[in-house]
This record gives sequence, C-alpha cells and structure tokens, in this order.
Amino acid sequence: MKAKGKKPELIPFPSQTVGPYFQIGLSRPEPTSQIAPPGVPGERLKLVCSVFDGQGWPLNDALVEIWQANANGKYHHPDDRQKKPVDPAFLGFGRMATNNEGICVFETIKPGRVPGPGKNPQAPHLTVSVFARGVLKRMATRIYFAGDAANEEDFVLARVPKARRNTLMAQPVPGEPGTWRFDVHLSGKQETVFFDV
Amino acid sequence: MYPPYKPTLLRSPRKPLIVLPHTLSEVTGPVYGHGDISETDNDLTRQHDGEPLGERITVSGRVIDDNGRAVPNTLIEIWQCNAAGRYRHHVDRHAAPLDPNFSGAGRTLTDGQGRYFFTTIKPGAYPWQNHPNAWRPAHIHFSLFGTAFCQRLVTQMYFPDDPLFPFDPIFNSIPDEKARKRLICKFEMDLTKPEWSLGFRFDIVLRGREGTPFESKR
Ligand SMILES: [Fe+3]
Repeated sequence: MKAKGKKPELIPFPSQTVGPYFQIGLSRPEPTSQIAPPGVPGERLKLVCSVFDGQGWPLNDALVEIWQANANGKYHHPDDRQKKPVDPAFLGFGRMATNNEGICVFETIKPGRVPGPGKNPQAPHLTVSVFARGVLKRMATRIYFAGDAANEEDFVLARVPKARRNTLMAQPVPGEPGTWRFDVHLSGKQETVFFDV
Repeated sequence: MYPPYKPTLLRSPRKPLIVLPHTLSEVTGPVYGHGDISETDNDLTRQHDGEPLGERITVSGRVIDDNGRAVPNTLIEIWQCNAAGRYRHHVDRHAAPLDPNFSGAGRTLTDGQGRYFFTTIKPGAYPWQNHPNAWRPAHIHFSLFGTAFCQRLVTQMYFPDDPLFPFDPIFNSIPDEKARKRLICKFEMDLTKPEWSLGFRFDIVLRGREGTPFESKR
C-alpha cells in the first residue's frame, strides 16, 4: 500500500490479528476507561461502545482504542503546534476490551474542533481503532456526535456517502443525560464506515 | 477477509475503506502517559522469583518509518505463550502446562535511535482448532503505537525456518510472500550472548505520516 518508489526495506510492515489473548499484553499497566479524569474542563460524556459482527452478534473479544483532542481542540502531542492550552491531566487516550455483552465504556469530555484542510475546522470527533480475533488489520474509524451543527461542514463526513454517515454518529441515550452510544458493526447490513489512514 | 482463517468471515468489512487524508487527528497519537516502565518489563525471564523454562532468547531491532526515520521513545508491547505453547489466559485450554515463572507480557520504549531490546524465552507452537490439526507457528505478538494514529500497528513476529508456515492461515492471510517473510526475525550471532541467550533481530517499519499536517497558526 502506497509503496510506490519505496525501497523494499522501507515498506510498512503487514498487520496481523491481535488474536484471542491480547489482554495479556495490552491491558498493562491497566485498561484505561477514563480518558478524561474528573475535573478536566469540557462537557463530560459517558461513551458506551459496542462491537458487533456481520450477524449482529456482540464481540466479547474486541479491543477499542480512542484518541481525541481536549475541549479546546488541541491534541496532547508535540506536533500539535496550535497556541492552545493542554491540560497535563488529560492525555486523550483510552483503551478497553469489550465485556461479555460486547460493550466497553469510556469516561471523557467532548473534544473541541481541530483544524481541517479548508477554512472550516473539523467537527468534534474521536478517532477509534478496533482490534479483535479474526480482524486482520486494525479497523480505523471516527466517532462524531449526532445533531452537532458542525457535522454539516466536516470535510471527512463529506467524503462519506450520505446513507452511511449515520454509522459514524454517537447517539445520545434517552433518559441518561451525558451518555452517548456508539455501535461498531465490523460487517453486515449496518457496516460501519472504516477509513484507510 | 481471508476465508481459511474462519473468524474473518463475519468480522471483515465488505465495503471499501474510505481514504482519509492525514489531518492533525491522524498525525498525532498517544506518546505520553504510558506509565513507568520498570526494569523487568522488557525481560520476561525476570518477572517472577524463579526462571521460566525454555530456550532463553534476546529479541532486538530498530523501529523506523517508511521514510527511513527512526521512531524514538515509542511504546512496544509484546505478548506470547510459554515454551510449552500455553498462554496465561483464561480462554486458553491447550493441554500444555502453565509455567509459574512466566507471564508472557513485556513492554519497552524505543531509545533515541528507535532501538529496542527484549529478553524472553522462545514460545512454543500451539493448536487452535481453526481447522483439523491446526497449529500456530511459534510467534510473539507485537504492538506499536509509533508517534501517530496512522502508524498504529499490531503484528506478529515469527522465527526462521518454521515447518508450520505453509499450514498457518494467519501467517498466510498476508497475500504477498515477500511481505509475509518480513515478519520472520533473523537469527544473529552478534545479538547472541555467550553462555546466555540466542539473539534474533526484528527491525520494524511503520507507515509514515503524509507531508505536513494541516496546521492552524491561530
Ligand atoms: Fe498467539
């Protein structure tokens, strides 16, 4: 992939499945459900992520990783040179294995808007990696927030066929303020949009 | 999807991936906060009171990106079964003994030149019921973050000359033979420590970041 003109020794390595035993190596020092500890500025969210296979069965052996900006739209990373404050308590990374119901839950804050290629910044989103036994390569997707006006001008959503955009939307859970639900369908009728990054 | 590896059938997307030009969201990633790395985190033979059984090995290499640049200070996590082919995990029911002195997990950061070192024992082969008489070639699982979301890689390292290669659908899920072979480490006398361990080199290339990310000067 994208190897044109590269010397063979500089072609990126192929991926392999995490297999069924990833918790041995990828839960240390511990899983991180708290992306934003209490007190971090921003609109607090409880994010309930579910992972399903092509027949709609929940996966009890998937791993979900989240990477996100802070409420100012700044990433805790040396290459984010925006003149915006970072909060040392907020790293922006979470990692959880799904439970027997195929669910994992993150506590975080809604990210701000980060720069995009055009005049408009991107709509608030989290980047997501999904791993599982039987998944040959990390599946990369994004979580947006249903109903956010900024979604209309987001350049990534604009690249996604309209009929499939809803697969990238977290939905508010009725009766539970601050709780959002995001379903990942690896395959099947409701297949989530995945990105080649 | 790779049908000989059965779980891929229901777990692989059928629609094409949508190409995403790199933005700040893809060229950044978790580079801080991996916690303290203790002295025995990269030596899987010293994590218990006694020593694990098996052939002691050193696994070392360099992490670079596809522009040839070293990837320094990046977290590498590994996990593996013991010398008998058994994982310390509740779903592993293989009738091989657990080793009380082996957990099978390691982590380390690459140094300024992108180099890393692990000491461990050579993992055994194990059966896995994907098809009749299915056995995995000996392997160590590798996880790398790189410095960006777009560089995230989980893969497996194999050992030279394993007779199980032609029969393993996971290894063969990589269609290109040359690409497949890059996941096989190389025995190296220079990494072999006299009276102590056999040395294997495993250099890893991560996908690079495209050009300069979109930046806001505001
Ligand atoms: Fe394995």
